[in-house]
Amino acid sequence: MIGIVDYGVGNLFSLSSSLRALGLAAEITGDTQRLRQADRLILPGVGAFGDARAKLDAAGLAEVIREEAAKKPLLGICLGMQLLFDRSFEYGEHPGLGLVPGDVAPLRADLADPALKVPHMGWNSLDVLGDDPLFRYFETGEYVYYVHSFYAKNCAASTLGTSQYGNVSVTGAVRQGNAWGVQFHPEKSGDAGLRLLKAFGEL
Amino acid sequence: MLAKRIIPCLDVKDGRVVKGTNFEGLRDMADPVEMARFYNASGADELVFYDITASVEGRRLFTDILRQTASEIFIPLTVGGGIRSLEDFDRVLKCGADKVSVNSGAIADPGLIAAAAKKYGDQCVVLSMDVKRVEGQFRLFAKGGREDTGIDAMDWAVKGVAAGAGEIVLNSIDTDGVKAGFDLEMLDALASRVGVPIIASGGAGNREHFAELFTHPGIDAGLAASIFHTKQVDIRELKRYLRAQGVETRI
Repeated sequence: MIGIVDYGVGNLFSLSSSLRALGLAAEITGDTQRLRQADRLILPGVGAFGDARAKLDAAGLAEVIREEAAKKPLLGICLGMQLLFDRSFEYGEHPGLGLVPGDVAPLRADLADPALKVPHMGWNSLDVLGDDPLFRYFETGEYVYYVHSFYAKNCAASTLGTSQYGNVSVTGAVRQGNAWGVQFHPEKSGDAGLRLLKAFGEL
Repeated sequence: MLAKRIIPCLDVKDGRVVKGTNFEGLRDMADPVEMARFYNASGADELVFYDITASVEGRRLFTDILRQTASEIFIPLTVGGGIRSLEDFDRVLKCGADKVSVNSGAIADPGLIAAAAKKYGDQCVVLSMDVKRVEGQFRLFAKGGREDTGIDAMDWAVKGVAAGAGEIVLNSIDTDGVKAGFDLEMLDALASRVGVPIIASGGAGNREHFAELFTHPGIDAGLAASIFHTKQVDIRELKRYLRAQGVETRI
């Protein structure tokens, strides 16, 4: 069973529907026991980093995720991926879960062309680096759906895939040990996204 | 770089997809769930569901259609029509919508955009505008294009973005249904005023119109209904054609 961490952030309808379409058993839960019993975890998230981190802490989930990530596969999606990092500079400075080395910083500050729009929203092609099992069914260059204004940087050693936006190489996917993260939304990325979730279910 | 998006719009009335010319003379076309499946399989980048009569008759969206579509189609889904309150946002988001489009509801309650953006994030709030030239001005229309608000549409867009709208759908009433091309003049006027993604709507008649649209760099997506519904333009072929013209598309 895949435990989808429920901490009151974001819309989980599409994520649970896509797992169901793949025949993967999943449970949306904020119950620490259920999350500990799951054989893998997904950390979703939409919204502001600081707020999300506070909610994780308030629900007593930050520690559970950190501990469980030592034992089983964890996939952070969008803000859920950003939360895996050491810290974020989204409106101040906030500590992350520290599972992947690196920072989360505003995209606008690094874009040379002011005409490029932020959020980075829409379909961008993902260049897959190396040979990770998460991308077993994914071809490099396939398009994935992004919606975000902040991005992970200083994380080259963990980066599995990037998408080019103007002069910025946007971190699209990362891995450190059992912790995987994708900045895009696999549950909104059509068939390519479903194949990535299928691969996660097999890790 | 980001691909230019091709978005079929499903105007839904009484559980059926309809599309008229200049918003009049509706005719029944198909089942929305079937059509959504078809568009997903043919490479649509996103789907828009509008309840086109909601702002006039106060009809509730058919949330079961939405829920069914969202549970089997995994591309972004925008829902509009009759969105007047945070409760309306909540209702459609719970049924699987990713973005919610506001039009007359935001005109009636200018605080709606800010409240929704605060609660759900800017990326969730789409400002949809029906605009027509009146006395040398781009004028904002309400109630499905039937009522002149007297408001300058470009000023309205700027205010909407400042309040938190993350995207704008600009539908030109002047070109809607005419199939002679998008309203490039109106779209350029908008692109010069706002920095959020712009979805062009109204006027697409053939694939060349999309190629012409995307020579305008401020435009992110093209939306159309009848030319896709009648299969006059096939989305997959359109995207291949655009790519051959140098436009980045997701294929």
